[in-house]
Amino acid sequence: MPCGLFFSGYEKDDAIFKTVWLKVWMVLFVLFLLTYPLYAQAVSEAVGMNTLNLFNLIFIYIVGAHGLNLLTGFTGQISLGHGAFMGVGAYTAGILANLGVPFWAALPAAGLMTAAVGMIFGIPSLRLKGLYLAIATMAAQFILIYAMRNWEGLTGGSSGLIVEPASIFGISFDNDFNFYYLSLLFAAAATMYLKNITRTRTGRAFVAVRDRYLAAEVIGVNLFKYRILSFGISSFMVGMAGGLWAFYITIISDEHFTMWLSVQYLAMVIVGGLGHVLGSIFGVVFMVVLPEVLRIPTEALSGVFPDISSIFASLRELVFGLVVILFLIFEPDGMAARWHTIRAYWKLWPFSY
Amino acid sequence: MQEFLQLIVTGLVIGSVYALVAMGFALIYKSTSILNFAQGEFVLVGGYVCLWLYTDMGIPIVAAFFITMIIAVFMGVMLERLILRPMIGEPIISVIMVTIALAAVLKSVVTILWSTQIRVFSPPIFSQKALEFGVVRISEVYLWTVGFAFLFLAIFAAFFKFTRVGISMRAVANDQQVAQSMGISVKKVFAISWSIGAMVSAVGGTLVGNINGVNITLSDFGLKVFPAVILGGLESIGGAIIGGLTIGVLENIMGSYLDVYLGGGVKEIAPFIVLIVILMIKPYGLFGIKEIERV
Repeated sequence: MPCGLFFSGYEKDDAIFKTVWLKVWMVLFVLFLLTYPLYAQAVSEAVGMNTLNLFNLIFIYIVGAHGLNLLTGFTGQISLGHGAFMGVGAYTAGILANLGVPFWAALPAAGLMTAAVGMIFGIPSLRLKGLYLAIATMAAQFILIYAMRNWEGLTGGSSGLIVEPASIFGISFDNDFNFYYLSLLFAAAATMYLKNITRTRTGRAFVAVRDRYLAAEVIGVNLFKYRILSFGISSFMVGMAGGLWAFYITIISDEHFTMWLSVQYLAMVIVGGLGHVLGSIFGVVFMVVLPEVLRIPTEALSGVFPDISSIFASLRELVFGLVVILFLIFEPDGMAARWHTIRAYWKLWPFSY
Repeated sequence: MQEFLQLIVTGLVIGSVYALVAMGFALIYKSTSILNFAQGEFVLVGGYVCLWLYTDMGIPIVAAFFITMIIAVFMGVMLERLILRPMIGEPIISVIMVTIALAAVLKSVVTILWSTQIRVFSPPIFSQKALEFGVVRISEVYLWTVGFAFLFLAIFAAFFKFTRVGISMRAVANDQQVAQSMGISVKKVFAISWSIGAMVSAVGGTLVGNINGVNITLSDFGLKVFPAVILGGLESIGGAIIGGLTIGVLENIMGSYLDVYLGGGVKEIAPFIVLIVILMIKPYGLFGIKEIERV
């Protein structure tokens, strides 16, 4: 049995699933995801939390995190405005749905609207280096949230906007069970899209812009085009995530799309692993599950410290901050890099290289 | 006209605190090239610590203020040593994220320790009595704030200009390698920059806390700093001061004249609109170094 991967052709080296076992595991994983809702009830009772709801949130956030990963991980542009961009998508989908536009049209429209907004705020990226871009997108975040809160005729202001659940061909996605398959579909599509775009001419151009933009321009990559394109695709995906979120939660208010959400999105892709497709998935799972897991010791301790539930939000923030700091110091490449190390270890055993 | 003058004067008061915090921010950026998203949390911590020492512990204000300064210096040094030094050489995105996470940690620690409701310095240190200057009315506490803010700005400006440490800090900001080969400890300068950055923010927190009381929104000062430093130019400490004053006045004026048209709360985002405009037309600010690549 060989220790390591030995390919004898380029096609095999380029394959997405490089080994037979990888394919087998993938099929098993897909089967697990497809059948999960059937036994979700039992699992949820066993662990004491609504896992189907968690899965839905994870799937929705995966769509958005893939978007941010494309922009930050693959193109090297920092955005602190993706929380507000998700809000733009959610409001667009919600407003269109309330006007009677069907779900299948409202969702792409939300993506397109967000792409347009994202590209407008991405224009400074042409002239500005990373630091300035972070500040510009942060300003975008505040301005967009302000618009959502104060343009009451359109968004319902602070009282929020109520959206009817989505329905296609008479099937209504108004419960966790039905919505699971809808959000799974979008998460899978986004994952495949991100995986594939990194293997195309466009994706390689993105990576070239990230790694050495001067060299990229010299070999004929149009920086203007690819930076804006990256902003557009990224915002499109996060806008779709916002649209899905609107149809899932069914009440939208600006409070959900604050700076904090932008920070969480960034934390997801950084903790997961910038520039790895797996990274955004790991990061989202980690960031969505972490607060739920924290709830368990908090509730257990509430007998000893009765005040602990009142500071739960701060406690969550504290743990979040510490986790991100520790990750950045000890594993700056994120969970995906750790995953690759572990896999390589098994593959190469008993040799270390 | 009277209203306009009034707005300018009160804007200058808050602007002077912005200038103080922005100076700390620009200092950290200039010497360590780190964009510190936790600057506002330094303001928050400073305000709360001073209030706690004075109101809860009953320590006289001058002593409380100096203890606050010492704590701020200690915090700055520790943060630099434990969190930011390992980040040297990491990509910009990681460094930005680590300061954001730091902000989350500091903010949550403050809420856990002192909860979120607004608290005031009691007994009050400065009186709120309004004084009349021609057509402009201004309360005494505002005058004290401006006075102290400018005093500290002057002290630090002199510190950079004339002391040995200040000169070595400017040297490091100019060229790290040359400074190092001239025998300046870059590590020490980084630590000093962070502690001064934390210290001026703590001064800002204490001053603002005396005007409006202390609560969790003090950390918003950290966000208003960005328009100020972008306007002044990221690398320029003098620019940060001018930027801070300008942003204070602009947000006051825009807030009160545009609220009617745009619905309330323009004051909160006016600085960010200014920021976007500056980035579009003059991205390196008034006094920044022009190193924007045009591609």
